[in-house]
Amino acid sequence: MLDTAAFKSLPNAPGVGYKAQHFAQIMEHPDPVQWLEVHAENYMGDGGRPLAQLRHLAERFAMSVHGVGLSIGGEGPLDLEHLARLKHLVSWLNPASFSEHLAWSTHDSHFYNDLLPLPYTKATLGRISDHIDQLQEAIGRPILLENPSSYLAFAESTWSEPEFLAEISNRTGCGLLLDVNNVFVSATNLDFSPQGYIDAFALEKVGEIHLGGHDEDQDEQGRPLLIDSHGHEVVDPVWALLDYTLERSGPKPVLIEWDNDVPEWPVLAAEAERAAFALDNLPQTVAVPA
Amino acid sequence: MSKTAKSLAVAGAVAAALTAASTMPAAAGTKEKCYGVSLAGQNDCAAGPGTTCAGTSTVDYQGNAWTLVDAGTCADIDLPDLADGGHRNGSLEPIERDLPA
Amino acid sequence: MTQSLLEKAQDDGLATHVVQADFTRALMDAGQQVPAGLVDQNGVAAGRRFDVYRNNVAVSLTEAMHSAFPVVAKLLGKENMDGLAGLFLRAHPPTTPLMMFYGAEFPAFLKGIAQLNHLGYLGDVARLELALRHAYHAADATPIAAEALGALPTDALLAATVTLAPAVQLLRSSWPVHAIWRFNTDDGAAKPLGEAQAVLITRPEFDPIPQVLSPAEAEWIQALIEGLSIGEALERAGAIEADFDLGNPLTLLLQGGALTGLNQKG
Repeated sequence: MLDTAAFKSLPNAPGVGYKAQHFAQIMEHPDPVQWLEVHAENYMGDGGRPLAQLRHLAERFAMSVHGVGLSIGGEGPLDLEHLARLKHLVSWLNPASFSEHLAWSTHDSHFYNDLLPLPYTKATLGRISDHIDQLQEAIGRPILLENPSSYLAFAESTWSEPEFLAEISNRTGCGLLLDVNNVFVSATNLDFSPQGYIDAFALEKVGEIHLGGHDEDQDEQGRPLLIDSHGHEVVDPVWALLDYTLERSGPKPVLIEWDNDVPEWPVLAAEAERAAFALDNLPQTVAVPA
Repeated sequence: MSKTAKSLAVAGAVAAALTAASTMPAAAGTKEKCYGVSLAGQNDCAAGPGTTCAGTSTVDYQGNAWTLVDAGTCADIDLPDLADGGHRNGSLEPIERDLPA
Repeated sequence: MTQSLLEKAQDDGLATHVVQADFTRALMDAGQQVPAGLVDQNGVAAGRRFDVYRNNVAVSLTEAMHSAFPVVAKLLGKENMDGLAGLFLRAHPPTTPLMMFYGAEFPAFLKGIAQLNHLGYLGDVARLELALRHAYHAADATPIAAEALGALPTDALLAATVTLAPAVQLLRSSWPVHAIWRFNTDDGAAKPLGEAQAVLITRPEFDPIPQVLSPAEAEWIQALIEGLSIGEALERAGAIEADFDLGNPLTLLLQGGALTGLNQKG
């Protein structure tokens, strides 16, 4: 295990999703970035540069491992081989945080490389809670579970998403990862109030906030359809929703995700700067949870 | 070759290799010469660019719908087909004829 | 919101339970109907909204194929590669969440496409690109000091076997696979000539390096991989080329940090 005792938790400061092409600049000029997030599945090779870079980064920064492939929302059982890979990564890297998604991506041994949606029902609540229990048991720590971007709804759903996530947290002891861009995308696509969603969200369970850019499209009736592409700057209404959230939650670790058309480091650092500004300018009246 | 001659040849080859190996080849000294492998096959949690194109064409599982069009560098590579000894050009002639002059 | 949505859907007979088998079938084939029970904010069938998921899967896997096989993609051109990737990803969706290893079936898949028969080398170029990726992600290993070889008496050296680094890969092709690869990766590289080529991949630090071997050199390294002694491997190579000299392939192995163990018998 790496000696990462100095980074027991993510700081309430800006982080970015790590991209290998930024390695040299991050090591030289990280400001204002104080922590990094990596996708677990990209560090499951046996060796070479990816793992060497990860070891270097972990000596210097608090690290968050973000799984994108466990398929927690899958109908079938969790992939035990993949669970073992996650356990191995978390045990040697000892990251400050581990998170996964309220979604599925594997069915019948095929992995679809996308975060697919699921209905919020009594049945899925039980299944997902069981999967999270199993995951937390395997890696020996509580996880954070992230809210998805929605492009459609399930007629069979009987829970709202914030209530569903809160109940999973109650049952399993997991924390939550609140992706504010996903809230904005889903709220636009399904025509609900993003502020209302934040108001209903269990903010005291939030261990990390995500922000990212999205694409704009339309459905066949000409209504806006936002796509969670992570290929642009974060838009102003999402920054405003971050402010709204932080005013209610108090300061949190805030991550910028940029996965497609990844820009040069200064562009990404500028986004992190904007997150730092939001964190530095919270109203004094905020009731900060202990 | 006698056993002694063979041993001598091997000893000489090993000595030569040790000398040669003490200087790194040019390719190894080049930093980040990774031909794209470093970026290949990354997992992420982003969505694609929209609702159209790649995902929504109907699928022909027989592959008959796919047609090779003239593009790429294979047209510049002119190799005899080693498998059957025949000589074939890498350029994609049937489509090339349809291109405007 | 949710309750009224549900009521509306139930009224419309849409409150069907969506199973993931139906979801994935429609996901991978736009000719299949979107499963009933997937709706918009008004409880109306989701329609084009489902295409977002179809597109995500197809685009992300197509991009993965482009970045995994950049030389095959360059040889064929983007349009051809896009189309092939679209067929491939439906015939061979990933079977693990590790995208770094996606595309293992691609060489065999290419061989099965009749329209590519005149480009007989494509499959071997894809094999080379897969091998480079495997070398990139292979386990780290500490090479032996080169002096250890020189310190052994020749007889003992000939009787010794070697351990090769996990990154070492050997490919033998009836095509000039290395020359084709270089022609598409290095500006100004010479046009490939009609010859068979074997390729040794080593990873001295973090970047895999492919280098050409003669048939006898490839045979010597193949024999070492099989666990034969240096001397036995020499016999095998000598059967291909009478005055085979192990100097060059040994240099490549040493420079590539590929020798991680020298094992003396007894």
